[in-house]
Amino acid sequence: MELRPILSTLVRHKTAASLIVLQIALSCAIICNALFLIGERVDRLNLVSGVAENEVVRVQLTGIGEDADAEALTRSDLAALRGLPGVKAASVTNQVPFVNSSWNTSVNMVKDQQQPTLSATTYMGDEQFLATLGPKLVAGRNFTADEYIEWSALDAPGSKVSIPSVIITQSMADKLFPGQSAIGKSFYSWGEDAIRIVGVVDHLVRPSEQGGAVAHEYSMVFPIHVPYWLGGNYLLRTDPARRGEVLKAAVAALEKNSPNRIILQDNTKTMQELRAQYYRQDRVMVWMLVAVIVALLVVTALGIVGLASFWVQQRTKQIGVRRALGATRGQILRYFQTENFLLATIGIALGMLFAYAINQLLMGKYELPRLPLYYLPVGAVLLWLLGQIAVYGPARKAASVPPAVATRSA
Amino acid sequence: MFGYYFKLALRSFKRNKVLTALMVLAIALGIGASMTTLTVFYVLSGDPVPTRSDKLYYVQMAPESMNGFTPGEEPAQQVTRFDAEKLLREKRGDRQAYMTGGGVAVTPDKQGLMPFQVDARYSTADIFPMFDMPFLFGGGWNAAEDERHGRVAVLAKALNDKLFGGANSVGKTVRLDKVDFTVVGVINEWRPTPRFYDMNSDQFGELEQVFLPFSTSRDLKMGRNGSMDCWGDTGSDPEGSTGLNAPCVWIQYWVQLDSATKASAYKQYLTNYSDQQRTAGRFERPTNVRLRNVMEWLDFNKVVPGDVRLQVWLAFGFLLVCLLNTIGLLLAKFLRRGGEVGVRRALGASRWAIFMQCLIEAGTVGLAGGIAGLGLALLGLWAVRQQPASYAELAHLDPWMLMTTFALAIVASLLAGIIPAWQAMQVTPAMQLKSQ
Repeated sequence: MELRPILSTLVRHKTAASLIVLQIALSCAIICNALFLIGERVDRLNLVSGVAENEVVRVQLTGIGEDADAEALTRSDLAALRGLPGVKAASVTNQVPFVNSSWNTSVNMVKDQQQPTLSATTYMGDEQFLATLGPKLVAGRNFTADEYIEWSALDAPGSKVSIPSVIITQSMADKLFPGQSAIGKSFYSWGEDAIRIVGVVDHLVRPSEQGGAVAHEYSMVFPIHVPYWLGGNYLLRTDPARRGEVLKAAVAALEKNSPNRIILQDNTKTMQELRAQYYRQDRVMVWMLVAVIVALLVVTALGIVGLASFWVQQRTKQIGVRRALGATRGQILRYFQTENFLLATIGIALGMLFAYAINQLLMGKYELPRLPLYYLPVGAVLLWLLGQIAVYGPARKAASVPPAVATRSA
Repeated sequence: MFGYYFKLALRSFKRNKVLTALMVLAIALGIGASMTTLTVFYVLSGDPVPTRSDKLYYVQMAPESMNGFTPGEEPAQQVTRFDAEKLLREKRGDRQAYMTGGGVAVTPDKQGLMPFQVDARYSTADIFPMFDMPFLFGGGWNAAEDERHGRVAVLAKALNDKLFGGANSVGKTVRLDKVDFTVVGVINEWRPTPRFYDMNSDQFGELEQVFLPFSTSRDLKMGRNGSMDCWGDTGSDPEGSTGLNAPCVWIQYWVQLDSATKASAYKQYLTNYSDQQRTAGRFERPTNVRLRNVMEWLDFNKVVPGDVRLQVWLAFGFLLVCLLNTIGLLLAKFLRRGGEVGVRRALGASRWAIFMQCLIEAGTVGLAGGIAGLGLALLGLWAVRQQPASYAELAHLDPWMLMTTFALAIVASLLAGIIPAWQAMQVTPAMQLKSQ
């Protein structure tokens, strides 16, 4: 294929050619960045939580006024919940994943440290906490019966009770003690005394976004019996198929156990629903970005079709002359295809630069990472394909111009 | 002339239906997307209290211990109870109030209504006149009620409707957390957007359903919502982290200052106060006070979600591509008419006349695109309202944005028309006529 005639034609149609190039460049830049943003969101949607999401349900309730004997009521609540048919384990805790409410505290390696080593979220759990929620111990052990303390004793004015032990996530252990086993080591957090690490679990997600992506599993569990009003979260584990039934039975059992409370129906859901709700905005963004990409591709394709048809019409006579001089249909077809390929290539090259500029802007504004290079070829291939598909129609029309046209006068 | 060119434009549309439809569609898509996102952005970045926003100031200081201190960092987002009570007693502003969010259980008197939980705000008396809240019945309580820990409550209209069927409930009793409160006022529909006074909970949420004196809420140990940061032990205080001397920030302090002079005087006062606290040993960090008015405070908190900003950028990027597309198509369209232009020029039309004719045709495309784009924007906003975010229901087009839609569509299409019109007017009549 001879490139020179194509180039000289393009040079003569500078305005139209540069419009197409610019449109392809902008589309390419936006598409590369949109693909990248989709990737980021999808990563978030697929985050591992450590929770047995399809087996756990949560009931949230709140007391009416102060309750003098909340601890006894909490114990009888748990006994009632654990006795329900289909319930494998039940637990009461201060916070749950996928809800934007969390307890966070600083973790220090030495006492009175100036700058905390990290900030972690604090789950307070009872004997069945791990069994209910689902994180798996990968090192060490679960709490022993004598380690559990009562919230009321810990929270009492002037309390001298200290927390004997803690279970942390692998992610937090790696951060605190890189390359070593965390079991048996200790840190400072709540209270004056060192807290000893007795167990490490594979995963346990933090309820909030605090600390960003690196910190999303900086979670620890303290062996504390909390009263029902502290967060008001009862968690139950059951078979996936029995979740609805168990939720209903749990609400009934809690209502029966004491009428002096309000079940927060809007927050009483399966863990799967809570997760879906928590990431709803991310899913909306993914679909929006997909829509933008599709719309850009369609508009750009229409632009290419429009200008290509115009060119074909404008050059009908030239095409006729070429055909009369012996050019085959295939050669005419390839002429327009090559022309489009050239334009697309210039557009894509320019688009890569734009893509990087936009990414630079986003990095500054939204704390996004740098655009990984592999998004660029993806965008390029997409636009090359688009250009070829769009130009095929007009090019075929051009190829079907009969040589006889050359003999007619306009 | 304008009318004639307009008629010519319509005639030319009829001749190239597909091409015209493509251009209108491209502009409509771009305008629809841009206006949808721009409207959401406009709603969320609005002024929540237009009459007062330049007079209301949010107080910040640095009461924490030296642990975790980084020089140059922003002071704490909220204040301690000790500082809040002291500043209020000293009353250096035109009005002032401190407050925090919470939740209370309402036990209705009405048959068939079960107890339910509502969001509450615990505050001192000035909150009502200071924020210019519209009252339907009665009014706020006064400072004397704060002093005597009065059992008084102000309800939002929705709660009053639910409990009293919308009747005037002033003087009636409402049972909150098992304690009887007397209703002193009912606030009419009021939804400051963003909910500027507390950045710790839903920033675009609705007004709390019930307002109670802060002092009373502490007596009754009512449930607290929002964020709390502590840096030391609460010691033997029976109230724990909400006690008067607790080393915790969890309260929002607002002050009304009616002039810029008063504002700078107040800032000086805060600096002096902070210095005094340092001398007394209560504050450890270097004095670091902030006094931001409502819009500065919202700006500082980056209250418009990042996703919304991103959507605006995306939509305008898309509009730009749509415009490039329109320029290309218009160019094709005008140049295809070279012969016609040649005849008009030969018959004496000036280049300027050709240029105007082309621009009017472009503007007409823009107008059509604007109308279709408006429909798409309405559809887009409807889609936004189906989203889960709490601001979703606020996404409506107002007259101002409606006008912006058309202005944007027409300006954009005229801009798109310039290059093609320029090219069309360069057509030399002799060349065109010869090749015919």
